[in-house]
Amino acid sequence: MRTIAEPLTTTSALREFLHGLPGVDEVGIKARATALGTRSIKNDSKSWAIDMAIRMVDLTTLEGMDTPGKVRAMCAKALRPDPTDPTAPSVAAVCVYGDMAPVARAVVGDNLHVAAVATAFPSGRASIEVKLRDVRDAVAGGADEIDMVIDRGAFLAGNYGLVHEQIVAVKAACGLAHLKVILETGELRTLDNVRRASWLAMLAGADFIKTSTGKVPVAATPAVTIVMLQAVRDYCALTGSQIGVKPAGGIRTSKDAIKYLVLVKETAGEAWLTPDLFRFGASTLLNDLLMQRQRMAVGHYSGPDYVTID
Amino acid sequence: MTFEYAPAPESRAIVSIASSYGLFINGEFVDPTGGTTFKTVNPATEEVLAEISEANQSDVNAAVNSARQAYDRIWSVMSGRDRAKYLFRIARLLQERAREFAVLETLDNGKPIRESRDIDVPLAAAHFFYHAGWADKLEYAGLGANPQPLGVAGQIIPWNFPLLMLAWKIAPALACGNTVVLKPAESTSLTALLFAEICQQADLPPGVVNIITGAGETGRMIVEHEGIDKIAFTGSTEVGKSIARALAGTNRKLTLELGGKAANIVFDDAPIDQAVEGIVDGIFFNQGHVCCAGSRLLLQESIAEETIDALKRRLQTLRLGDPLDKNTDIGAINSREQLNKIDELIKSGDDAGAQRWTAPCELPDKGWWCAPTIFTNVTQAHRIAREEIFGPVLSVLTFRTPDEAIEKANNTPFGLSAGIWTEKGSRILWMANQLRAGVIWANTFNRFDPTSPFGGFKESGFGREGGIQGLSAYLQSANDGADRARGAS
Repeated sequence: MRTIAEPLTTTSALREFLHGLPGVDEVGIKARATALGTRSIKNDSKSWAIDMAIRMVDLTTLEGMDTPGKVRAMCAKALRPDPTDPTAPSVAAVCVYGDMAPVARAVVGDNLHVAAVATAFPSGRASIEVKLRDVRDAVAGGADEIDMVIDRGAFLAGNYGLVHEQIVAVKAACGLAHLKVILETGELRTLDNVRRASWLAMLAGADFIKTSTGKVPVAATPAVTIVMLQAVRDYCALTGSQIGVKPAGGIRTSKDAIKYLVLVKETAGEAWLTPDLFRFGASTLLNDLLMQRQRMAVGHYSGPDYVTID
Repeated sequence: MTFEYAPAPESRAIVSIASSYGLFINGEFVDPTGGTTFKTVNPATEEVLAEISEANQSDVNAAVNSARQAYDRIWSVMSGRDRAKYLFRIARLLQERAREFAVLETLDNGKPIRESRDIDVPLAAAHFFYHAGWADKLEYAGLGANPQPLGVAGQIIPWNFPLLMLAWKIAPALACGNTVVLKPAESTSLTALLFAEICQQADLPPGVVNIITGAGETGRMIVEHEGIDKIAFTGSTEVGKSIARALAGTNRKLTLELGGKAANIVFDDAPIDQAVEGIVDGIFFNQGHVCCAGSRLLLQESIAEETIDALKRRLQTLRLGDPLDKNTDIGAINSREQLNKIDELIKSGDDAGAQRWTAPCELPDKGWWCAPTIFTNVTQAHRIAREEIFGPVLSVLTFRTPDEAIEKANNTPFGLSAGIWTEKGSRILWMANQLRAGVIWANTFNRFDPTSPFGGFKESGFGREGGIQGLSAYLQSANDGADRARGAS
């Protein structure tokens, strides 16, 4: 079994470790994703999966046009997604820009997590001082989860030491807040890079690794998510600590969400099937989950006017 | 509660199985002259599905005569373009009735519906589409300006991929202008008989395809029949050898696709997670009832322990059970005889001192089942490293250098397939040149395509099926000359 030689902080030590990880065969992993996509989830399993998926949603609004009113409405929906059915669970968290964290916290109180994107989201192109100030602002505003972006430019240039150093610094600035590290896999392009970036983030102290900002054309895919789930599984075997995974962007239907839960179960294992270790970064997914949930309860589809649009 | 998958069985309502079946001769189902029948059974439940006719000598004669007349009067003189129309029609009908074929294949064979639905049936249709395309282009097959068919082909196929093997046999034969007498394996006749219905539905001229059922004795009658110009057999090496003996000294052509004991070779720079998937696909696909199965895993010593741990972890997620359930990965063993043979070889592994590990899965009470099994500490001398097990049993060996991997991989009387796992392209090409196997997969395993020739070295047989190379099995080569034409001797 692989071991981690101390200390893994310099670019050369990190390069040696990250480039020593087994490669990822894209054809093979896509075939695996397709095969797992044919799992047929019915009846009780489907009901269970839909409720679990709702509990894993980070209900997200990350727009320049976000207003306090919009954020408050979304938070109300996050607390009680289906006003007609008290048995529908709440989502895991709301995810907003840092300046909206106080607004969100005021609505959800201690009932939900408040995640804030920080570190010059989504591009990450700012000095480390600006990024850290962004994080401290969000934490002070009530965020208990920080979604940071890595410096993809530094990663692609092979400057692993810098990426590592920045994640460590952000983690320190987070204090007690959980740190999700966004790899922006759509910009890393290769699955080898996704595997290396996943390990780099975990070695630097990430509590979660997250696929995407949702601001570049390619967001979460099943293949990318499998690679990240393999990384957290192998990291746990090596260190004993469980790191979470958050695919974000592009997951819009219940059917897709259930496929992701199948990936989790059959790649990382059942232990990861909890909102503490797996999240969906999504906005429109929630309503589709609710419509499916209503259909499971009453036997027929309702329609988009029977779920709220907040 | 954990995330258990609720049962998701495919409905069997789509197929209607008759209580008994006749023989398909000259475009019609006829009763066997001898009146002898045998039962075909669902291996997952031991339920009897239907009574199947056993063809005797006069039935075989009738089938061969019908094929001969169809050859002389219709099929050999029809233009390639017209033959193609029939083959395209058959391909489309297979697609239209795909679900029916998949369910029936799973009921009769025991393989998971996921495989019959996603692999067997689509590939069978693909073989007809591919060869339909060849029918009017045979002058480009590299066999001369106007290559001629052989005549009547006798085709005998195994029980592991009943419909797919039928397609591998019938599609090229018909495309090249031959007519056929095909015998499915006695435990899996039903999809061949449903295919006979497709021939009727496609208005295929009577006698072009004849399907007769029966066991080894019927097969022997086909092999020894003077009116047959070519024998194509897929099955065990033992039977293949006896067929080769029977045809020696005759003017009849032969292609054989026999057993295998493929090495799946994993180097320390392999993409390990995908290699594990490939190992699983290699030996547990279709319960290991695959002649090209990767039944010998050769692991480079430096990653052996890590890979075996990952493999065991992966095998714990395999789902064994009801083959009709859409989430089943491992179905039933096709027959009690096959299960006994597998069990006997597993015992020989135990007795020889190899270390056995069996995936923890509950076996159903009824039917024939074998849990995925891995043997480590296997040496080249063990029977489980030499003999074809034809079941979900993997023998793991290790190697230190590429040369040693080649030596061990080639140290077998078989030579059907091999797998190479490494991220190093130059090593893949070097290995592929050294390996004596007809099919070599790199960073994948058990992938099939009608455009790609399939066949073996050594005791795995001779001749190729699929691709341009497969056409020569059903056409006279340019230097065969007129003496190949029927009647001359």
